[in-house]
Amino acid sequence: MPSLLKRIRWIFGAVALLALVAMAVPAAAQQQPSLINPTASSVKEDQLLRELNRIQGRGTLPDLKSQVIEQPQGRSWRQFHEVTLRWICAIAIVGMLALLIIFYVVRGTVRIIAGRSGRTILRFNFLERAAHWMTAVSFIILGLSGLNVTFGKTLLLPLVGPEAFANFSLAAKYAHNYLSFPFTLGVLLMLILWIKDNIPERIDVEWIKQGGGMVGDRHPPARRFNAGQKMVFWVVVLGGFAMAITGYVLMFPFYGGLSIGVMQWAQILHGVIGVLFVAAILAHIYIGTLGMEGAFEAMGSGEVDLNWAKEHHRLWVEEELGRREAGSAPRPRLRPAE
Amino acid sequence: MARMKFLCDADRCIECNACVTACKNEHEVPWGINRRRVVTINDGTPGERSVSMACMHCTDAPCAAVCPTSCFYTTADAVVLHSKDLCIGCGYCFYACPFGAPQYPRVGNFGSRGKMDKCTYCAGGPEDDNTAAEYEKYGSNRLAEGKLPLCAEMCSTKSLLAGDGDIIAQIYKERVTKRGYGSGAWGWQTAYRETIAT
Repeated sequence: MPSLLKRIRWIFGAVALLALVAMAVPAAAQQQPSLINPTASSVKEDQLLRELNRIQGRGTLPDLKSQVIEQPQGRSWRQFHEVTLRWICAIAIVGMLALLIIFYVVRGTVRIIAGRSGRTILRFNFLERAAHWMTAVSFIILGLSGLNVTFGKTLLLPLVGPEAFANFSLAAKYAHNYLSFPFTLGVLLMLILWIKDNIPERIDVEWIKQGGGMVGDRHPPARRFNAGQKMVFWVVVLGGFAMAITGYVLMFPFYGGLSIGVMQWAQILHGVIGVLFVAAILAHIYIGTLGMEGAFEAMGSGEVDLNWAKEHHRLWVEEELGRREAGSAPRPRLRPAE
Repeated sequence: MARMKFLCDADRCIECNACVTACKNEHEVPWGINRRRVVTINDGTPGERSVSMACMHCTDAPCAAVCPTSCFYTTADAVVLHSKDLCIGCGYCFYACPFGAPQYPRVGNFGSRGKMDKCTYCAGGPEDDNTAAEYEKYGSNRLAEGKLPLCAEMCSTKSLLAGDGDIIAQIYKERVTKRGYGSGAWGWQTAYRETIAT
């Protein structure tokens, strides 16, 4: 009996196994079709480029920017840097220089109509002048070293040769980096010192309507800063901060996960604003030196001729003299006749 | 003269990263610099593809166009090389490069990023061929010895191809015809303004 039972059990087991195998075979055949298409869901390069204009994946390097393997927009940036920026730069800077030359020829130096009085009044104190010149010196070096990045290879490289030009450009790059700090500090300081005198007000409209007295001999009234000077102030403050922000992004590239698109835009803005800034400051330099008699002294010694001040900043002079008399402050210093 | 190109057959790349390692070893590339890298697209999903990417030695190279000191030059084999003596480390080539090839020893460091380093197609630099000075700055010069770039030479699946553009394009075309599929010549349209019709 036990052997019969054993045999039955064995037959039962064999049948069960057979049934299991018979059932499993079609299932396996379903999972593994005979025709395999390995590209059924695969990515294709041209399709990715068309859809995203950038190809990005996962890499094993800690450097996240290595995971972008294709960014054809570098081409647009190249076009900007090599063509567009050069045109903007040439038009803005050469155009401004041409305008200034024409203006100088037509108008000449703006003279003090009443002549020099011999008496002076303090216009800018030492701190104000220091802030101005710290910013100005930094700006000139920043501007020239910045222009070198765009124009150096076309204008300077053929003259001095590749080695000398590379050495100069390296030094210029360091200067550009480090002088950004005194420049930014200077802009900040000037903002604090002068913002209260640079808020636009009604008389500015009148000043602009009369062309600032640049054409003709009439001088519209102005307080400490006229509308033109206020414009320079805001160009410097807003332009300066725009340059500082974009510049520091460029100086600390890809910090905090900035993408290459952000870096390209930072460079585009830095370039365009920088060029317009240089053009605006050229006009500022002209009117502060060659363009107007008695103007440079304001930032030179800080003391301007009283007649100059009365003509250009009548309201400011009246205020200043009134305050001095009220506070029994010493009268404007007399200069000995020579 | 040949027009040297790279071609990565992404349908063959198994992401072993041996090309990366071979490159680093051959040229004694310092830490943090990766002349070649492998990136996987759609990682972990069906149909993912890995691509080995380095400098593609573009026709009319964008890096050369934007360089403020004009430190790039193209060899007779159409390999794009640069002079580390003239490079000022401004980083502009990286902004213009479509393939993220330029590398800097000090990334994001205030003041200077150091001299740019990139794939030389195993062709060294402006110094005399196979001199110590050339090796120190740019790594070995296999091309001068009549050899092709090491990354492609030792690729285990022959996914990465290097050599004359027409020849490797022909090899790729034959492969695609035989196996019936291909995800494309990655980067060719961007680098060479042409693609391989299959």
